[in-house]
Amino acid sequence: MHNGNNMPQTQEILTILGQVCDPEIPVLSIIDLGIIRQVKISDNQIEIIITPTYSGCPAMDAISIDIKLKLIEHGYSQVKITSILSPAWTTDWITETGKRKLKAYGIAPPQYSGSPAKNVECPQCHSQHTKLLSQFGSTACKALYQCNDCKEPFDYFKCH
Amino acid sequence: MNPLIQFTLFLADSNLILSQKNAEWCGHGPILEQDIAITNITLDLLGQARYFYQYAAELMNQAGHTHITEDSLAYLRTEREFKNLLLCEQPNGDWAQTVLRQFFYSVYQQSLYQQILQQSNSQLSAIAEKSLKEITYHIKWSSEWVVRLGDGTPLSHHKMLQAIKALWPYTGEFFTPTDFEKEIIPIDYEKLKMQWIDSVQNVLEEAGLPMPQNIFMHTGGKLGSHTEHLGYILAEMQYLQRTYPNAQW
Ligand SMILES: [Zn+2]
Repeated sequence: MHNGNNMPQTQEILTILGQVCDPEIPVLSIIDLGIIRQVKISDNQIEIIITPTYSGCPAMDAISIDIKLKLIEHGYSQVKITSILSPAWTTDWITETGKRKLKAYGIAPPQYSGSPAKNVECPQCHSQHTKLLSQFGSTACKALYQCNDCKEPFDYFKCH
Repeated sequence: MNPLIQFTLFLADSNLILSQKNAEWCGHGPILEQDIAITNITLDLLGQARYFYQYAAELMNQAGHTHITEDSLAYLRTEREFKNLLLCEQPNGDWAQTVLRQFFYSVYQQSLYQQILQQSNSQLSAIAEKSLKEITYHIKWSSEWVVRLGDGTPLSHHKMLQAIKALWPYTGEFFTPTDFEKEIIPIDYEKLKMQWIDSVQNVLEEAGLPMPQNIFMHTGGKLGSHTEHLGYILAEMQYLQRTYPNAQW
């Protein structure tokens, strides 16, 4: 992430943004998700540059509104949100903290896109003995898996 | 109209109309997981369409139009102004026809967007880059269905044959460039066709389905000459904005 020239203020804004959650996976903040690409601070305005996760993700509009509201709450009234598409978001940008939170929430975190595919681990019993039920899960970002050992179906945040 | 705007609208319209057709499956899929799969694909197509419409609106407003938005482009244009591929407006038919339509379109989309990605137009390339990640999943899902049905029971095989017969005549349009396509960016249509035929042939072979030969191809969608189906689609999709102009949620 590139930061503006005003480091302490940038840090403060990032801390505030850390309180904005993904409406569909409320344990993840938008910082955990890796969609904040840049914070630009000028005398009269703060510009937040974000990148969408999935094209059709209805959460993106909600996230933009939540960012504005949260910053207004902290006294920043002139906020501009700019969405950029390139470079395209990848699940590799989800932070390690984000991955831990996902697992604790019962969603198997994404594997690294470059590394060889391993078995998806069951977030309940940690078994590697799992199978894909459907490439598409309850939201665009998830695939549906089932554990062959504990039999629990679970969501896998698929590699993107 | 400037060829770049026409081309952008062509990309947007094809995605929007196919997503509108696919959306009819919402709540009617053969099983829950597949209902979710087709509606997820539908959302992706719609999201990609929105990027193209937003870009087209920006270009049009710069070119002197006023108050053009992604919504006005989707809801307030007439049938003759829509430039979508004829394939995208064809009826859902049965599940075989729906998955085959998606497969034909996604494979075409992949090859076309890979070429757009190499172009100097940064916004179109950015949309292509983003979309290609999603298209990979769409191809995987739809090709698995083509194989599963083609190589399934005699009944599912028969339904796949019917689907090929119904949809194949609308695929020729993919590779027949219009003037606006020729004018804007150098797309290699021969390469596009070869890649498409190659990918489709591999999957049809695996599915035990024949590759049709020398069939008459319909064209015209890109220039606004549509089959009888588009009017009905627009009537339903545009109803609210036509009846209650500027209505908002
Ligand atoms: Zn388990």
